[in-house]
Amino acid sequence: MTDISAQAPQFDWKSSGFTARLQARRRSELWLRGLGLGAIGLALLMLAIMLTSIVGSALGALRQTHVTISVPIPADQVDPADPFSANWRRIMQNYVASLYPEASAAELRELGGILSKGAQFMVREAVVEDPSLIGQTLTISVPVSDPFDQLAKGFIKRETPENERRVNDAQIAAFDVLDKAGLISQPINWGLLTNGDSRFPELAGLRGAAVGTFYLLLTCFVLSFPVGIAAAIYLEEFAPKNRLSDFIEVNINNLAAVPSVVFGLLALAVFLNWFGLPRGAPIVGGLTLALMSLPTIIIATRAALKAVPPSIREAALGIGASHQQVIFHHVLPLAMPGILTGTILAMAQAIGETAPLLLIGMNAFITSIPTSPLESATTLPTQIFIWADSPERGFVSRTSAGIVVLLVALVAMNGLAIYLRRKFERRW
Amino acid sequence: MEDLRLMERVADTTRTKITARGVQVYYGEKHALKDVDVDILDKTVTAFIGPSGCGKSTFLRCLNRMNDTVASARVSGTILLDGEDIYDRGVDPVQLRARVGMVFQKPNPFPKSIYENVAYGPRIHGLTRSKAELDAIVEASLRKAALWNEVKDRLADTGTGLSGGQQQRLCIARAVATHPEVLLMDEPCSALDPIATAQVEELIDELRAHFSVVIVTHSMQQAARVSQRTAFFHLGNLVEYGETGQVFTNPKDPRTESYITGRIG
Ligand SMILES: Nc1ncnc2c1ncn2[C@@H]1O[C@H](COP(=O)(O)OP(=O)(O)O)[C@@H](O)[C@H]1O
Ligand SMILES: [Mg+2]
Repeated sequence: MTDISAQAPQFDWKSSGFTARLQARRRSELWLRGLGLGAIGLALLMLAIMLTSIVGSALGALRQTHVTISVPIPADQVDPADPFSANWRRIMQNYVASLYPEASAAELRELGGILSKGAQFMVREAVVEDPSLIGQTLTISVPVSDPFDQLAKGFIKRETPENERRVNDAQIAAFDVLDKAGLISQPINWGLLTNGDSRFPELAGLRGAAVGTFYLLLTCFVLSFPVGIAAAIYLEEFAPKNRLSDFIEVNINNLAAVPSVVFGLLALAVFLNWFGLPRGAPIVGGLTLALMSLPTIIIATRAALKAVPPSIREAALGIGASHQQVIFHHVLPLAMPGILTGTILAMAQAIGETAPLLLIGMNAFITSIPTSPLESATTLPTQIFIWADSPERGFVSRTSAGIVVLLVALVAMNGLAIYLRRKFERRW
Repeated sequence: MEDLRLMERVADTTRTKITARGVQVYYGEKHALKDVDVDILDKTVTAFIGPSGCGKSTFLRCLNRMNDTVASARVSGTILLDGEDIYDRGVDPVQLRARVGMVFQKPNPFPKSIYENVAYGPRIHGLTRSKAELDAIVEASLRKAALWNEVKDRLADTGTGLSGGQQQRLCIARAVATHPEVLLMDEPCSALDPIATAQVEELIDELRAHFSVVIVTHSMQQAARVSQRTAFFHLGNLVEYGETGQVFTNPKDPRTESYITGRIG
């Protein structure tokens, strides 16, 4: 061996070559950092633009213009024993006619159009609830119809030539008279959350869609959670490692990547045409989305089971726990946070799913609130779809409001996932 | 090895607890254990020593059929526990593991309370009829594991919050709680500091009064300190088996001598 130190080259760490290399290295690092920051900034900007545009548009649906009317309830036209079946349309027409004695029939129709078509039902409901009103005058605040709501909110401009706007000068004059008299108000639009769907924007609400989404998710969860966990446990813990189980594994992964509309077609063929399940019912939507959620839940559960330290299994086996006891007493509880996270992510995916639901008829026009998963219903995304497709101006802001409600539901679900995960993690 | 104490420490009994004859283990194609014959005595500490990968753990895991859980493992030969073949069809491996307890290399308490850790075995095997009985077993087991005084005020705390040495003693208490007849320990001190190791070694000597203990160790000093009998494994063969004092001071096989003098291993 020769003397190593004699051969060791002498480096000058302060030479210009070294300094230049060092600077180049610093520059490229700065570049990388800048690019990363830029990407995040761009993503945040997009999110901000999307949120402001949606929320901005949704604000238009925050309030609804109402008019306060004082309708005489004539005792000769309403039967106290059965106030429901009185001719409420006529009563309302007579009331409008009494306000404008000079007006012709055509003018009266136009003036009556200021009120929402739903006004007569609200009056009816009030009287059904309190029959002592018969023979008296009912004072009630009812929504104005959509064009006047838009007029009050400034979306329909008075400067626009009369033949290009949906309200004529006479209607505007009448509306202004009501406004002067202090009868026009703009309360918070609770109807958006408490009403079912309607052809009239001023009456349309999301309650039916929300209940439909609830039933749909319930069905989806009840089916996919236990089945998914059972399948994952079998595949992870019991299945022999052979060609068949490999084949199943590959196909589960493939299933997770199948476009959702394909599941819709499958559901249409199998659940509706073959099994004859009710069209547009949340139970069918839930079944369909359960098929879609299953692969996600199975994959998440298997990953969570695999992540449980083998030492825990050995410990339990070592004191004589059976395989099933090892799974249910030790492995599954430890895997729960991961399983729950996967499941809620699958549910969050399901809540926003639209395409398969369109195929099974969950975009029908349904005004009633479903009372069971077997009744036809819409869901939040299909309701948004329906509204986005409607020509009335009032549905523009309501579509955005629907999106906001859907986003709030999603954020709530993700919050729940985080909460559950934290809670379980603390326990174990 | 100049520890003179080991000459005095001979086994108290000659009753055989486990008899192994012609035990072979294959992992797939790999022949991990070749034709092992051994008689393990009751109320005795038996140490398995040998270089790493020589099959000590493999043999230990044959004794409570933990190898059943390894898909590729095949075991042949006979292993008798009190004269009964543990690989017989009529023997349930799950029940066997309650009779032949095991303590692992890395302390692995369940992420549950200290109480639940110890109570788990008796509970799944239905050893108690009342909460009071279970409490008594938990206390007795923790006492046997020399842990009771340290944890008696915090039985509800989680077992994973204890120190490494305490965790290992908790694992011993957990194994002891099912009243095993044999306790298998696979390098129980290799993850512990010297003080915790000394505590566990002392404990092993006390446990000998209740049942037979088989301990795998890579430390020859430890084997010399705690065991009465020593088996030396090399490349899947049982090379030498005898009284600890004899194996360490007067080995019959040259390979044993090379190993204990530090030339192989
Ligand atoms: N599960 C297994 N699958 C395949 N080979 C294994 C397995 N466990 C142990 N072996 C092999 O068997 C031999 C003996 O291993 P082991 O009994 O763990 O040795 P030791 O405990 O003496 O260090 C080693 O060569 C090891 O690689
Ligand atoms: Mg080992």
